[in-house]
Amino acid sequence: MESILVLTHADESGAVLSKGSLESVTAGRELAARLGAELTIGIVAKDASSAAAQVAGAAKRLLGVQGEAFAQARFASDAAACEALCRAAQATIVLAPHSSRFARVMAAVAHRVGGLIDTHITAIGGAANLEATRWFYRQRIEAVVSREKRPWFLLLDAGTHPAFAGEAAPAQAEEIAIAVELPALRTEVKGTRAPKQGAQTIRPDAKLLFVAGAGWTKKQPDGQIHVEDAGELILKFLGASGASLGSSKSLVDQGGEGNSVLPFLTHLNQVGQTGSTPRHAKGLSTCCHGEEPHVVGWRFVGERRAVSLDPNCGWTRGKADVVYVADAFEVMKRVNALLEDAASGS
Amino acid sequence: MSNAFHIVVCAGIVPDPLQTLEPTTGPSGPGIKNEMVLPAVLDPWAASALFEAASLAAKNPGSPQSPSKVWLVSLGPKAKLQQVMMSVAQKVSFELVPVDGPIGGFPDAQATAAVLADAIAAIPGLDRERMLLFGGWESATRGAGVTLQLVGERLGIADQFQGVDQIELHEDGSFEVLERVEGGKHQVSVCAGVPAVLGWATGNLAEPRNNPQVGMANMRTIMPALQKAKTATLDGNGLHYVSVSLPKQQRTTRVEKNMNADEIAAELVAWIGAE
Repeated sequence: MESILVLTHADESGAVLSKGSLESVTAGRELAARLGAELTIGIVAKDASSAAAQVAGAAKRLLGVQGEAFAQARFASDAAACEALCRAAQATIVLAPHSSRFARVMAAVAHRVGGLIDTHITAIGGAANLEATRWFYRQRIEAVVSREKRPWFLLLDAGTHPAFAGEAAPAQAEEIAIAVELPALRTEVKGTRAPKQGAQTIRPDAKLLFVAGAGWTKKQPDGQIHVEDAGELILKFLGASGASLGSSKSLVDQGGEGNSVLPFLTHLNQVGQTGSTPRHAKGLSTCCHGEEPHVVGWRFVGERRAVSLDPNCGWTRGKADVVYVADAFEVMKRVNALLEDAASGS
Repeated sequence: MSNAFHIVVCAGIVPDPLQTLEPTTGPSGPGIKNEMVLPAVLDPWAASALFEAASLAAKNPGSPQSPSKVWLVSLGPKAKLQQVMMSVAQKVSFELVPVDGPIGGFPDAQATAAVLADAIAAIPGLDRERMLLFGGWESATRGAGVTLQLVGERLGIADQFQGVDQIELHEDGSFEVLERVEGGKHQVSVCAGVPAVLGWATGNLAEPRNNPQVGMANMRTIMPALQKAKTATLDGNGLHYVSVSLPKQQRTTRVEKNMNADEIAAELVAWIGAE
């Protein structure tokens, strides 16, 4: 019989579980109910006791590792904490969020406890056997895998399950503090840093992804380049719509080649083969050819529209729902005006 | 103070991203149709790691007695490795450590890591106390982001960083690392010193231009290394593929060629606002 451990961690506050952790709790509860398995939740946090209150009704057993050392997302301390929780729980299946914090350590943890790991899991299914769905070749091929060996670690992609939202209450479950023997800590986390000063343009929770392609920095019908105008239009649109900004690799790379670039773009904005694969309900591409290496990053974007001057661009070949063959400068000017009017109530 | 590093870069070879990929099933499990004849490139994020390694070694040459050095460890069919190295070798200086084995994203990551760790442990002259283990934070094939971490774990390296975009060395041998975290931010960490594992994202360097002299120097060691490459078989670790398929979703695209900017804007604003 299977037993399930859901590993969770706190957000920057140190006392509140991250959204991805709560999504994993939901996945763990669903799987435990289906398999008739025992469910344990493990928490890594500066203040695990407070974090435990969020999932008090979710499992019968809560294990916690807490202390100042676990306020930092650091390989040595997080791996030791997760290893201790796994050894205490002795589960056959370990679920955890595919967050930057746990993605950094979980393969090593699986190795330490003699387990195997699969990551970027988008669905858990199977009738007789547990099966996990994940993508290969940067979201171009989908596969369903299973393993006989246990423990089997599965890191769940964000957004694949709803976040657990049980009543916040004093923990009713059996709560056990796990002691961890820490190795020498040679790394100190100093904090986080936004790549550039100014507006934060990456908004993972936004409904809309707005992608700027290399066309924004190319010569326009008047024979001139209008990078400043492009930057102004894009930032204005992001402000009015609340969209998250993505980019094609070719546009970001222009910075490294000494060409005019949009000053607020970095490699972190890059979507596609060598960038991110964000999850947004809608995506609007502008001045981008829709080549396959870029579009693979749109795998989990629901509705897709594109504005491009090229009527034969990649988007027209079944990759977008609507393609407008038009000048993005003109279109976005008018879109911004309409959004401004709507905001001012006129 | 002069730092000298032994930088080992793990990098696989992947189909050129512009190629159409079609899954197929062979006697040893799933694979890509005609994968052996598809044009291949060095894995993009691992290539960033290689260029960063070469730059770091160039800025910190060490001493003549104890120079910095870069090794490129790669697992793949010898013929494909040779083909890819013809172009990669022209970019930066390195010594190739090839392992003749299967290609693609479907072999088990744990088995791949075991082979790579053994290959690294056997590198003659590698000082593991001075080692920086580099690679891509995820591959363009399996994309699991676990292989490099497992190699580091097997080699007993206790400081690991993933999604790295920058490393900055300090005079005392410590270094600052920027790692990608959620929300488009970097986590800033300071590590007391090597050894460490750095799984690179894009980094900050442009791809170096081809340098035929570097290429010729590299190829003098690459060809003998390929000839002597050991063959590795990968343990399946009980990994079973229930199905492997292309996504079925193909959109019916409406292409609007005759709408003016006002009409498009109105339609887009309505679409953006719709639930």
